[in-house]
Amino acid sequence: MCASVKPFKMRMTTDDRSLGLAAAGGDAAAFAALLERHYDRMFGLAFRLTGQQAEAEDLTQDICAALPAKIRAYRGEAAFSTWLYRVVVNAAHDRRRRQATHRKAAQGWGDWEVNRVAANAEAADAQEWLQTAMASLPEALRDTLALVLDDMNHAEVGAVLGISEGTVSWRVSEAKKHLRSLKEKETT
Amino acid sequence: MTDDLDDLRKAMKAATPAPDAGAKAGNIALAQKNFANLQGSGEVTRPKSNRIWTGVKAMFSTMTTRGGLVASTALIAIGFVALNPQLLEFGAQPEAVTLPASVGSEPLEMAAEDRHTGAIVLEETAPATLAAPQAASKRLQQTAESYDWPETRIYPQPAPRPSIVLPDGDAVAPAPVIESDTEAFPDAAANPLKITAEEPVSTFSIDVDTASYAVVRNSLMNGALPPRAAVRVEEMVNYFPYAYPAPDGNAPFQPTVTVAETPWNPGTQLVHIGLQGAEITERPPLNLVFLIDTSGSMQAANKLPLLKQSFRLMLSQLRPKDEVSIVTYAGSAGQVLEPTAASERSVILEALDRLEAGGGTDGQAGLQQAYEVAEGMSAEGEVSRVILATDGDFNVGLSDPAALTDFIAEKRESGTYLSVLGFGRGNLDDATMQALAQNGNGQAAYIDTLSEAQKVLVDQLTGALFPIADDVKVQVEFNPARIAEYRLIGYETRALRREDFNNDRVDAGEIGAGHTVTAIYEVTPVGSDAVMSDPLRYGDAVAGDPEAEIGFLKLRYKAPGADESALIEQPLPEASSLGGEAQFAVAIAGFGQLLKGESALLEWGYGDAIALANGAKGDDPFGYRAEAVSLMRLAQSLSE
Repeated sequence: MCASVKPFKMRMTTDDRSLGLAAAGGDAAAFAALLERHYDRMFGLAFRLTGQQAEAEDLTQDICAALPAKIRAYRGEAAFSTWLYRVVVNAAHDRRRRQATHRKAAQGWGDWEVNRVAANAEAADAQEWLQTAMASLPEALRDTLALVLDDMNHAEVGAVLGISEGTVSWRVSEAKKHLRSLKEKETT
Repeated sequence: MTDDLDDLRKAMKAATPAPDAGAKAGNIALAQKNFANLQGSGEVTRPKSNRIWTGVKAMFSTMTTRGGLVASTALIAIGFVALNPQLLEFGAQPEAVTLPASVGSEPLEMAAEDRHTGAIVLEETAPATLAAPQAASKRLQQTAESYDWPETRIYPQPAPRPSIVLPDGDAVAPAPVIESDTEAFPDAAANPLKITAEEPVSTFSIDVDTASYAVVRNSLMNGALPPRAAVRVEEMVNYFPYAYPAPDGNAPFQPTVTVAETPWNPGTQLVHIGLQGAEITERPPLNLVFLIDTSGSMQAANKLPLLKQSFRLMLSQLRPKDEVSIVTYAGSAGQVLEPTAASERSVILEALDRLEAGGGTDGQAGLQQAYEVAEGMSAEGEVSRVILATDGDFNVGLSDPAALTDFIAEKRESGTYLSVLGFGRGNLDDATMQALAQNGNGQAAYIDTLSEAQKVLVDQLTGALFPIADDVKVQVEFNPARIAEYRLIGYETRALRREDFNNDRVDAGEIGAGHTVTAIYEVTPVGSDAVMSDPLRYGDAVAGDPEAEIGFLKLRYKAPGADESALIEQPLPEASSLGGEAQFAVAIAGFGQLLKGESALLEWGYGDAIALANGAKGDDPFGYRAEAVSLMRLAQSLSE
């Protein structure tokens, strides 16, 4: 009568889904292996979603803290990376929402603008354009673009966001339109 | 504009910093510590979101058989213990069997600073001990729970079952109950055994729908026997192309009748009627109006995206003179693509790609517009068809199927046909789909995979889109002196009254170019041991001529567009043996009846169906028959 979990063998070659299911069942070694494998990609996406290193570090920390509870719900229905990306996107939404509330409670736009200007000042030109460009996009387009820029195809992005492939394609073309007009504004 | 994106991607790659090594180590350590703590706590995962119950519900809703239910209940019991070690430890103690009280009733203390940064700092919590698992784990779980990112925000999931709130304010997940989903199937009992002396004439309309087979396949592939009401034997039989003898000369189709011993009952015989439609070599230009459901429920990968892929496949089969238009309905109806020549592939594909799901369903407005477009497109000698693609859920305007079918029946008179393609399961309103297609002189097919789309829209395109005979009705009169009882296998939803046969105003099914249609009767000869009913004590002697044939077959059909029907008639032949094609049809009919739980099959089982089908696979160029045999095997193991 013991609930100990039989650890997986052949850890290095085990696929993400099996590891995810093992972790969902309480296998700590599987969970550690998954985390090691995906941390950098997770951080990369967090950066694309937030646009700032400090924000990305914080967001990744949020995710790491809550991932143990969340992974129990993983049932292998989606690819593990899709599932994990969902978690990241949701965490980013949650964070944005909390920050919005915080901003309202504090000084409104001023605070945000000061932060943004400060951050932009540190950044190189290309990066500045990038951040401004990303920040100027509506949230849905920004999330979509962050995933597309992660070398995912439209179908995979659709699976992460829970929308159809066609919607992803439409959003990407909308985002491109935004960026194009932004560029035009800059050059004139 | 891909340049912009490539630039952006490059810039993004360059700009993405490497994660801070210290933070990474710290974060990973934090995650592992939380993971270990959570395992020790033995709490049921997130009672707040009822995740376990959502899974249980999904499981129950696909498991509909008794055996399946028993199996799934056992699985859940195992899964539950695995998820909840605490139950294992305390399994013997009644008080421990109640679900742990959920968290969230007390406000969570969190430092303002923490709330701001979003960081969760777990306090050093001693590993949950057996002595006080609740107390130790409660705090831990609260900490984790407070960091709740409800995924339902952007991923619609089934609504959680309402929790039962106990007097002290704690919520407890309720026990799972079996819930049906919103799939609806026409409710028709199997055709009863008829006594020839009382009712010698059997009349029905042919049916070339195949939707039931795909629903059955989908169920079996998902590991559950299909709901009995979803099984329509004639649709399963007619799913397969058969190589029956082709018509000579100008006849649109050729009936072939065989009478042979029944595989499942040596005391009865089967009357197998096969109709083979003529192939057409030259076809008139085709006007297609795609009427596409873009309601929110179409978003799933097996719906709108599959539909787009299916239509892409079909486009490659169209000829330059054919025209295509696209109308969508979702909240409001709209023409997405003006009538466009099929040769302008890129324009059509672009329009397809622009489609996206969202909004409510308003089937009727879209339907009206689609018919208007179709009528505008049709010219002399052309064939117009509306192809409705939907998950079958008409939320608005069509709650009354009668009003809808009236509308379609009226439009049918104008010469525009309607086909219905069903996508997705769980939301599929099979009954409405059937009603629409039958009243629109069209075909209803259920598309669950790309290969099914290939079959319906590519392999059988000409048949699906070019009717060669309309309102095809079958009437069989049995000779009561030879046949004591008979039973029509399937076609329950297609029964016609005896007098409807000669009434050209009564609608019936159509045959497409190259289509085959199969109907099978099980008949009990007079004097057989298998006769079920005793002769009447006070009745007259049975009429009929014992020297005459066992029965007489009459078929009525109209040439496409014609008002008056033509008649084909021939006597039923004497018993011989089934040809290979007929044998396969019989195997499928047996399979369908097994799935329906038909008692007339006696001891005959899936093993017999497999043997019969395996002996009659023939050429099977598309592999449909091989697939059917593997489905039979699946059903065999699921029913054991």
